Amino acid sequence: MERNDLTPTDPKGSVMVVGGGVAGMQSALDIANSGFYVYLVEKSPAIGGKMAQLDKTFPTNDCAM
Amino acid sequence: MDDEYNEGLGKRKAIYVPYSQAVPLKYSIDPDNCLYLTKGRCGTCEKVCPSHAINYLDQKKEITLNVGSVVLSTGFKSFDPSKLDHLSFGQHPDIVTSMGFERVLSATGPQGGHLVLPSDKKHKKEPKKIAWLQCVGSRDENRCNNGYCSSVCCMYAVKQSVMAKDHSKEPLDCAIFYMDMRTQGKDFDRYYEKAKDNGVRFVRSRVHSVYPDHDKGNLVMGYVDELGAMVKENFDMVVLSTGLEISADSFELATTMGIELDRSNFIKTDSFKPVSTSMPGVYACGVFTGPKDIPQSVMEASAAASAATENLALARNSKTRAVTTPRERDVAGESPRIGVFVCNCGTNIGGIVDVPAVAEYARHLPGVVYVEENLFTCSQDTQDKLVEVIKEKGLNRIVIAACTPKTHEDLFRETLIDAGLNKYLVEMANIRNQDSWVHSNEPELATAKARDLVRMAVAKAFRLEPLFESQLPVTQSALVVGGGITGMTAALSLSRQGYPVTLVEQNQTLGGNGRLLYKTSKNEEVSLFVRKLISEVEADEHVHILLGSSVHGVEGFVGNFKTTVATGDDSRIVEHGVALLATGARESRPAEYCYGEHDAVMTLLDLDARFAKGSKVVDRAENVVFIQCVGSRDQEHPYCSKVCCTHSIKSAIAFKRKNPETGVYLLYRDIRTYGQREFLYKEARDLGILFFQYDLDNKPVVTPEGDHVTVAFTDHVLGLRLAVDADILCLAARIEPNDNTRLGQAFKVTSDNDGWFLEAHQKLRPVDFATDGLFLCGMAHYPKPVDESISQARAAAARALTVLSRDSINVGGIVANINPERCAGCGGCVEVCSYNAITMDPAKHVAVVNDALCKGCGACAATCPSEAPSLMGFNNDQLYAQIKSAMTV
Repeated sequence: MERNDLTPTDPKGSVMVVGGGVAGMQSALDIANSGFYVYLVEKSPAIGGKMAQLDKTFPTNDCAM
Repeated sequence: MDDEYNEGLGKRKAIYVPYSQAVPLKYSIDPDNCLYLTKGRCGTCEKVCPSHAINYLDQKKEITLNVGSVVLSTGFKSFDPSKLDHLSFGQHPDIVTSMGFERVLSATGPQGGHLVLPSDKKHKKEPKKIAWLQCVGSRDENRCNNGYCSSVCCMYAVKQSVMAKDHSKEPLDCAIFYMDMRTQGKDFDRYYEKAKDNGVRFVRSRVHSVYPDHDKGNLVMGYVDELGAMVKENFDMVVLSTGLEISADSFELATTMGIELDRSNFIKTDSFKPVSTSMPGVYACGVFTGPKDIPQSVMEASAAASAATENLALARNSKTRAVTTPRERDVAGESPRIGVFVCNCGTNIGGIVDVPAVAEYARHLPGVVYVEENLFTCSQDTQDKLVEVIKEKGLNRIVIAACTPKTHEDLFRETLIDAGLNKYLVEMANIRNQDSWVHSNEPELATAKARDLVRMAVAKAFRLEPLFESQLPVTQSALVVGGGITGMTAALSLSRQGYPVTLVEQNQTLGGNGRLLYKTSKNEEVSLFVRKLISEVEADEHVHILLGSSVHGVEGFVGNFKTTVATGDDSRIVEHGVALLATGARESRPAEYCYGEHDAVMTLLDLDARFAKGSKVVDRAENVVFIQCVGSRDQEHPYCSKVCCTHSIKSAIAFKRKNPETGVYLLYRDIRTYGQREFLYKEARDLGILFFQYDLDNKPVVTPEGDHVTVAFTDHVLGLRLAVDADILCLAARIEPNDNTRLGQAFKVTSDNDGWFLEAHQKLRPVDFATDGLFLCGMAHYPKPVDESISQARAAAARALTVLSRDSINVGGIVANINPERCAGCGGCVEVCSYNAITMDPAKHVAVVNDALCKGCGACAATCPSEAPSLMGFNNDQLYAQIKSAMTV
């Protein structure tokens, strides 16, 4: 596996996630739940992204909300 | 204004919440359309807002953040079909986009979930015939510049057609017009077959145009069918399955940052580093790196989380804040002093239910000493007030009559903690979702129901007892089973995050299928990568490799597993907090087309080995035939192996590149080069590789002829039977799961009907098992190419990190408790427990609950004829009181 390209000597304990759709939210949650501070930046007034527009999703027929 | 959320099918105001369940549920002003901001008129919202929350002078602020890394996940924009004249989008209201159709189907949509024609303003007229048109803005370099496949449209069209049939009272004719049906995901093909059985028509065709039929008032679809004939058919509604593309904003963001994009403006990534951008420290996930579905986006999101924090591991917990909580008040000796808080939820509840009347009613219920109504009980200022009131009035039980505990119970529990109360002393009455929303036409009855719900909640709250959690330490190390690309990637990423890993591999070598593959779809050499990966794993002092080993038994639970690993005749016990299962899959041995009977017949991996080593047969081949779906997508194995179309086309191109004179033929059912892989398919056709479609009832026939084989098949367009004398016949054999029976039994995890490990939720928890602390990744989950396996490996590592980075886990609270005196030892509860949380005590012959495994579902309590199990927080006394209270008015 390729090592990440930069190895800071004095790393910061925070991460910025740009975009609050299903991917951004999941990423932000996993980062926060492993001990880092997250800034989740979203352009629109609500998080949720495109998935919030979907009715039901395969295969559970859960409401996408 | 046109409502963006409803794809312009509805209207919204200039001050709005994007949708009813928006988070945060706050209004915002659309500055481009606000009369006050654009023309200095109106100003009504400021005057009517009771909270004085309107600030017209609010300005854009620039904030500088100092962060260790960045994750880009700005997603996609749905392709705008109004650019395509031949589809008449915008010229008839019943031609909608797929996103628009989602809103048509949705209960929160402009038609309230009733499938009626958007052209009918009375919302009465139902469509009888709906057509879906695939590949709008995808796989099209002529009309738009999107040469890639958007990956998701086939599946969502199938889903929409099934849902539409479901919504419709009358028989509904659904037809999907497509080029290749690309349902390559897990269980997708089953769904596709089921849709066919349910009468959805799938029409392989090229659509010429869609236009309004002015005489009939509906729409005409003109298309060329499989045999080349021009056909016209009328439909009431046409759904354009629009593709995914990168928005101008995302493009600008990436280019401003100097991040390299591919030819379609997706972020350029490497198969071996699927979430890394060209800029160090900047990672990406979701559709920004290429078209993909929700599970894949969620996996990548977790993968990006692990990649983005790998270099920051030393700073873990340096920026997060520890929470300090006040001492918990002992309420054991106190009689219940209940506080009831009734929420208006803006107008959501207050607009229907008479909230003051409900509050007044609550005042006279037994145990209630304080009642208050709030505009928003969930707002921050109300929380502060709640803490004060609890202390001031000495409240010891709280009832919140508002929305659903699913979204808000945690918030109120936190508030109780802040007020020094046990967090389990709160009960919610859902007078919104279960009342004002569903009875909005009958406000009086809704108010009566709100009274009932509050009375029931108070009756239960009266009997609430404090519940306690205990903390168990977490063993901060991981076990990874499987030493292929996936297992090694997961092991390395956990080790680099600072956690030791035991890597168990049953073979004597690491590398798995990675040792057999030649090149990725992006032409990267797999063997070089695998060799490097193996040496990195071997050099890593935190990764303990156990070759020739297998898991024999597992005890324990999340944070505290003890696993017996056998190596030859030796066995050892490994203690670990989490386990990642990455046991992979294998290419099956075909049982047809003369495989194993003739040297000219081989599988894709056999061919890869010949490419890698060099082979005279390969060099001299004059005619090469590929047959797809060998052993896949049939009765016995109804799933798609996902990787073979790309693998075959990649190999076919290699022949053509070596010698353009070679005749290369590919016999397929649907070409599934999803995403950017579509460019390979285009390249193959441009190089003169010939593609022929076949069906299950008309499979190719292979006959040995000396040192070659004759492959006979039908060309549909010409209607002719053709035969090719092939020097090489390459079979795209099914990818099949390894036998995980023993491993599954040891970890008590399940596999699906096809033998793939079953994740906790196919969309939202694609790498978690249902059991906490266990994760799955790679081909053990489903066949997938190297880049997706690496993403999933990193994702599983990220999910595992959310456990490993904790010192302890809390157990207890709302869990079942079995009264040994009532337990007859029948084992009924053991049977119904989905989480394996209940075992029989062999000495006492009674059932015992493991708090760490119990999820508090209550199945055991409902099953037991002796009422021995009791679900804490939902015990029989509390539930009976609630039921009794419902009956008495």
